Amino acid sequence: MNIQIAAAAVKKSVTVEAPIERAFSAFAAMGDWWVKTHTIAASDQKDVTMEPRAGGRWYETGMNGEQCDWGKVAEWQPPHRMLLLWQISADWKFDPDLITEVEVRFTEEGKNRTRVELEHRKLEAYGAAAKAMAESFGSEGGWSGLLAAYAKAC
Amino acid sequence: MTYQNDTLAALADRTRREIFERLSAKQSSVADLARAMPISQPAVSQHLKVLREAGLVRGTPQGARVIYEIDLAGLGPLRTWLDRFWDAQLDAFKKAAETKEKDQ
Repeated sequence: MNIQIAAAAVKKSVTVEAPIERAFSAFAAMGDWWVKTHTIAASDQKDVTMEPRAGGRWYETGMNGEQCDWGKVAEWQPPHRMLLLWQISADWKFDPDLITEVEVRFTEEGKNRTRVELEHRKLEAYGAAAKAMAESFGSEGGWSGLLAAYAKAC
Repeated sequence: MTYQNDTLAALADRTRREIFERLSAKQSSVADLARAMPISQPAVSQHLKVLREAGLVRGTPQGARVIYEIDLAGLGPLRTWLDRFWDAQLDAFKKAAETKEKDQ
């Protein structure tokens, strides 16, 4: 018997002073705003691309032109919703076996005001990937690195 | 921070890491683990105690046995990290979306 337990999702929301279409397209142009310290490319991040369709790729391009997959676009409903599959492990590597979901919903609150809600869920997949985590736990950017960053932030 | 040290120390031991990996694949009792690994039941119990105290596994009584599984609350540090991570990213997104608006 194997009981599947769901881990609580990480939920965030932000209100932006922009029309819903602009908010959606700005979010999709992820390379314009992504905090560059979070990169898996070897040569630093040049851009982040999500192909604007269900089944599209979601990847990062490094300064040397190399592409690193982050996951997939599972659903694409502009300007209201996108569902992305985030397949980056705790040690910042693409892992095709790790599937977590990032759902982003856009709600019009006014002509120039949009509420953006982000939910990162199915985090229990990180439990299933515990093997990889345990293996990487000694690496700088790995599990211990996360814990160290967490401890520092507390 | 105590929690961090406990977690790392708990997984630094190869046998405990193997127990943790086995539990991540399948819930098991002490007897199940002892059968699958070359160590005694008391040794398994001792390792489970350390893992339990580190918040990595948890046990649920089921009849006369206790069934152990990965404690998802042990994802706490990762969740907290992701929480802060998305805060920072959405902050940057908000700035970009609003700047874009002014430009056009």
